[in-house]
Amino acid sequence: MAGFLQFIFSGLTVGAVYALVGLGFTLIFNVSSIINFAQGEFVMLGGMITVFAAAAGVPLPLAALIAIVATTFVGVALHRLAIEPARGSSPVVLIMITIGASIFLQGMAQQIFDKRFHSLPPLVSGEPLRIGGATILPQSVLVLLCASAIVVGLWLFVERTMLGKAVIATAANRLAARLIGIDTRKLIDFSFAVSAAIGAIAGILITPITLTSYDAGTALALKGFAAAMLGGMGSAVGAVAGGLMLGMLESLSAGYISSSYKDAVAFIIILVVLVFMPQGLFGRARMERV
Amino acid sequence: MKLIAENRSAVILIALVLVLPLVFPSAYYYRVAALVYIFALAVVGLNLLMGFAGQVSLGHAGFVGIGAYAVAVLPTHFGVPSWVSVFAGAAVSGLIAFAVGRPILRLRGHYLAVATLGFGLLVAIVLTNEAAWTGGPDGMSVPDLTLFGWRARGSVNWYWISAVTFVVGFWLARNLMDSPTGRALQAIHDSEVAASVLGVDVAAKKLAIFTISAVYASVAGSLLALFNGLATPDMAGFLRSIELVAMVVLGGMGSVVGSLVGAAVLVVLPQALTFFHEYEQALLGLIVVVFMIFLRHGIVPSLATAFARRKK
Repeated sequence: MAGFLQFIFSGLTVGAVYALVGLGFTLIFNVSSIINFAQGEFVMLGGMITVFAAAAGVPLPLAALIAIVATTFVGVALHRLAIEPARGSSPVVLIMITIGASIFLQGMAQQIFDKRFHSLPPLVSGEPLRIGGATILPQSVLVLLCASAIVVGLWLFVERTMLGKAVIATAANRLAARLIGIDTRKLIDFSFAVSAAIGAIAGILITPITLTSYDAGTALALKGFAAAMLGGMGSAVGAVAGGLMLGMLESLSAGYISSSYKDAVAFIIILVVLVFMPQGLFGRARMERV
Repeated sequence: MKLIAENRSAVILIALVLVLPLVFPSAYYYRVAALVYIFALAVVGLNLLMGFAGQVSLGHAGFVGIGAYAVAVLPTHFGVPSWVSVFAGAAVSGLIAFAVGRPILRLRGHYLAVATLGFGLLVAIVLTNEAAWTGGPDGMSVPDLTLFGWRARGSVNWYWISAVTFVVGFWLARNLMDSPTGRALQAIHDSEVAASVLGVDVAAKKLAIFTISAVYASVAGSLLALFNGLATPDMAGFLRSIELVAMVVLGGMGSVVGSLVGAAVLVVLPQALTFFHEYEQALLGLIVVVFMIFLRHGIVPSLATAFARRKK
């Protein structure tokens, strides 16, 4: 039982990061219909910039702030310089652009930083907490708290502010949103900025636990994308649920089946879910207009 | 003459294959060209699926991996001749595609993308972990291809082997597109609903083209492994799948000639970029982005449109 609880804890920690990446995918997808495969690079940049700023002597909280701001700029630049000029292209072309951008960012990161693995000191220190025979690191608790705070914050923002309502309107119907005076271009800028910031925060939080390197983004983008699809593309609740589920599936299959096959088990379950629920767990079935 | 007129692109391709060696200064060029043909073969198959039937696969490298390991595992562990193993690999890939495609191809758009992505990852994971059979993460060496006592070695020989295979694959794909099945696929691409109203069995046609494209990828994987003398799990990896999709999109979706151009650009470019050492990867990413922004329909269709406009 203690073992089971232990797997759940570690699964939730990793799952929280997948959830944040999935949330980033969802936010951009909803306002622009773009699947942004560079989402994982935001996580990588958040971690790497913090590591190198801290190594240069900047206090850790300030280094983290610098990383978040810088990554946010990268997110906006990605939209302005690469996606905006290709407006109106087919979805596959737009996906290729984000993948190209992600290769570019990795290439720059390995030059500006280096090719080694890096870690950060935990942002909160202290003894591991004991719950029901299992232990959980304070850093993991912080990851879960911050992820929850971001999810709640995002929900409040979307439900309670005018800008948030504009996001919902744009997600529902872009043309109608433009007709009532919403600047959808700025809104997409904004969604890239927020997604990048969320990614960066996820990167900073997880680096003390899992390490980071210039190429850490690819796997995270994959997992985040899978999480968002498992939950149902376009559903924020789905992305968070999908992320947490994926993390726990991985952790449980690593614990009970085989650690080398943990990704395989996770993806088999995703395939099975999609076969029986082609719209994901929380996705709405769409009627095709003819 | 009529035959030539009908197969103009195939004739031009054969001429290109025959003329290119005349200008190659060294064996290195044969090697790069052979790689272009091998990748182009896989890309033609994927283009049938993406460009003609309108279905995305982010896991096609999985079939490349199956083809590669067929010519590694079967001769090493079971003593099957290499050329038989190529066909065995293609058959296995086709069967797996047929079995997996049935449930997967019901999914649409991004859901299909994530399902195929999952399939590709599964293949890569199995190849990495079944070390007793596959040599694990480092891969395994592949015995030389021998045909009637003749050993296929060296870049020049492989240039001809890969060129002939590609020309055959190219010609088959062209013919397939002009067949009733090809027209049905294009109808599915334009509108699934309209196609089914016209009596096209959408599910069956999609499954057929998915299976065919898997066979193309598998044969390409076998050739690649035989040529390099090595099969590694990353041949089936996500990045390889992405590379294949990039070749399709870059060359032009729905353009069989574009498949060759797309493969050529993405095989030759990294070779040329080694000149820039450290910035190779960043430049590669940048070039993909720039190409996609300015030639959004792919190189061949975009240039063809521009050319047609100028003629007027």
